[in-house]
Amino acid sequence: MSKVLKDLLYSDDHEWVKKTKDNVVLVGITDFAQSQLGSIVFVDLPEAGDDIEKDEEFGAVESVKAASDLIAPVSGEIMEVNDDLVGEPELVNENAYEAWFLKVKLSDSSELDDLLSAEEYEDISE
Amino acid sequence: MNTDATLIFEKSRSGRKAVSFSDYPYDGHRPFEELDQSLLREEPALLPEVSELDVLRHYTNMSQKNFGVENGFYPLGSCTMKYNPKINDEVQNFPAFKNAHPDQPASSVQGILKIYHELANHLSEISGMAETSLNPCAGAHGELTGLMIMKAYHEKNGDYKRTKVIVPDSAHGTNPASTSVAGMDVAEIESTDEGRVKLSSLKEALGDDIAGMMLTNPNTLGIFEKDICKITDMVHEAGGLMYYDGANLNAMLGKVRPGDMGFDILHLNLHKTFSTPHGGGGPGSGPVGVCEHLKEFLPSPRVRKHDGDYYLEETNAGIGRVTFHLGNVLVWIRAYAYVLTLGHENIKDIGPLATLNANYVRELLRDDYQLPISSYCMHECVFDGLKDNPHGVRTLDVAKRLIEQDMHAPTIYFPLLFKEAIMVEPTETESKETLDRFASLMKAIAKEAKDNPDVLKNAPQKTPVKRIDEVFAARKLILSYRDYLDYKKDDEALDF
Repeated sequence: MSKVLKDLLYSDDHEWVKKTKDNVVLVGITDFAQSQLGSIVFVDLPEAGDDIEKDEEFGAVESVKAASDLIAPVSGEIMEVNDDLVGEPELVNENAYEAWFLKVKLSDSSELDDLLSAEEYEDISE
Repeated sequence: MNTDATLIFEKSRSGRKAVSFSDYPYDGHRPFEELDQSLLREEPALLPEVSELDVLRHYTNMSQKNFGVENGFYPLGSCTMKYNPKINDEVQNFPAFKNAHPDQPASSVQGILKIYHELANHLSEISGMAETSLNPCAGAHGELTGLMIMKAYHEKNGDYKRTKVIVPDSAHGTNPASTSVAGMDVAEIESTDEGRVKLSSLKEALGDDIAGMMLTNPNTLGIFEKDICKITDMVHEAGGLMYYDGANLNAMLGKVRPGDMGFDILHLNLHKTFSTPHGGGGPGSGPVGVCEHLKEFLPSPRVRKHDGDYYLEETNAGIGRVTFHLGNVLVWIRAYAYVLTLGHENIKDIGPLATLNANYVRELLRDDYQLPISSYCMHECVFDGLKDNPHGVRTLDVAKRLIEQDMHAPTIYFPLLFKEAIMVEPTETESKETLDRFASLMKAIAKEAKDNPDVLKNAPQKTPVKRIDEVFAARKLILSYRDYLDYKKDDEALDF
C-alpha cells in the first residue's frame, strides 16, 4: 500500500504539491507513482527561471520499465530545481515526499483549489 | 557452453601483436612521414594488444553465447522473428551483387536495378499501394520518410497549419518519436480497453490542424482494428492522410491490403515480414509505399524503366534523398528472393498460419497466465502475468527463467496497457512441437512460481552472466572500456 501524506495536495497525474509560504510550493511525484514506475534511473527537469503551465508537460522520469512525462499541477515560475535528483534519481524511490522536483512561485494561487485532498487522492491511487 | 566472460581488453598484454606494419613504402608512399605531423595522435590509442589467435577465440566464443532464431524459439512479440531462409543468403552472396559498388554507373548494375524495380512492384501489389521506394534503411527510417512525405504534401497544398499527427496511446514508441523528428507535433488519443481506436476520441482530435494519423493494424495488442474503414474515412474527411505502420503486417500478409483499407502512406519492415535478418544480424530495410497522388513526393532517386533499361531518376518535387544511394541493397535482395520463393499462392498462407500459431499458444497457456483480452488474437497474443501467483513472481522472473532453458523470452512489459505484459509472437515458421515445448516450459515455470519461487527470482543461473542489475546499468552508464576504467578508479570495490 502506498503512502499518502495528509498535509499535501495532489493532482490526477500523481504529483504532490506542498505549500511552503505565501504563493510558493514544492512539487514532486507521489509514493504511488514511484511504486508504479519501479526503480527510477533518470530524471529530466527544466531550469530555474522557466515557467510551467498547469496540465502541460515540464519534464520526464524514466524507470527501467517506462518513461513518463511530468505534468505540471500548477502554473508559475520555477524558483529552484532539485539538482540532487539528476545525480541520484533513486532518492525518489527512497522517499517520494522528501524528493521534491521543483520549487514554484504560483502565478495563480486559486489553482490550488482544483487539486485533490489526501482523502480524494487515496481513492484514485489504490 | 563456454563461460569465458573476460573482455578483450583484459586479455591484452603489452607488446603483443597480431600484425606487423612494415616500414616499406605503401604504393610508393610513406604515410607516417608524408602526413602533416599535426594530424598524428600524440599518444597511442587505447586498443587491446592481442595475438590473432586471441582475437579469433574471443569472437568465436562470443558468437557461441549469442542466441538467435537459428539456435531456438524466439517468440519476441511485435518483432516477427521468423526464420531467415538460407536461399536468401545464397542469392545475396552472388558476386555480382556482393561486389557491386554504389557509385557504379546504372548501365553496369542493370540486374540490381531490375530487382529493385520488380521488388518495389511486388511490395506495392502486396500492400495495395501505387509505388514503393526501397531507399529507407530501417523501420523507423521508413516512418520518418513517410511523415516527411505527409508534411511535403500539405506544404505543397499551402496547408501549413496541418502540423499535428494523431497517434493512439497504445502505439509503438517509434510513432511519436518519428513525428517529432519530422518536425510535427503528436496528438495522442485514448484507446479502448482492448487497445482499439476509440472513435469518440478520434472525432474530438480531428480538425484543420491535423496532418494525418499513424496506425498499425492489427494493433499493438494483436487485435484487428475492425473499424478501420470508418477510421480512414473520418481522417480523410478532415483533410488528413492515413499512415500505416507495417510492424504487424505479417498477420494479414497476402490476405488484406493496407491500401484497400484506405491508407495513403506506409512502411514495411523487410527484417520482420519479409524474412531478412533482424536485430544484430541486420541491417534492416524499411520500404515506403504511397498511393497514386503522393508518388511525386517519394524520396530521390526513383528507379525507372524505359525501353527495357533501368535508370535512376532524381526527383525535384519530393523530399530529396533519405540515403546516399538505394538503401540496404543486399537486404532487399534477400527479401526479393523470399517473395519469389513463396509466390502468389503461398504468401497467402503466412497470415493465417501466424494467426493459428499465436492462438494455439494462447489456448495452451490460458489456465496458467492471465488473459486480459477475451477475443481471439491475430499474429501475437498478450498475457498479463501469472494467474495463480501467491509469492508475487513477476513477469521479469518468468522471462529470466525461460532464457536458461534454450528459448528466448517473449517481449515483456509491452504493451504498456498491462502491468505484467508478456507478448508472444511465434510466427508461421514454428512447428507444433516447438510451440508445445514452449507451452510446457511456460507451464512448468507457472508451477515453480507456486512451489519454488526462489528458482525464478534467482534465474538465470546457467548463463555465463547471471541476473543483470538493470537499475545499476541504467543509472551508471558504462558504454566503453574507458568508462569502465574511469568507474573502477572511482570505486575500487566494484564487483563485476
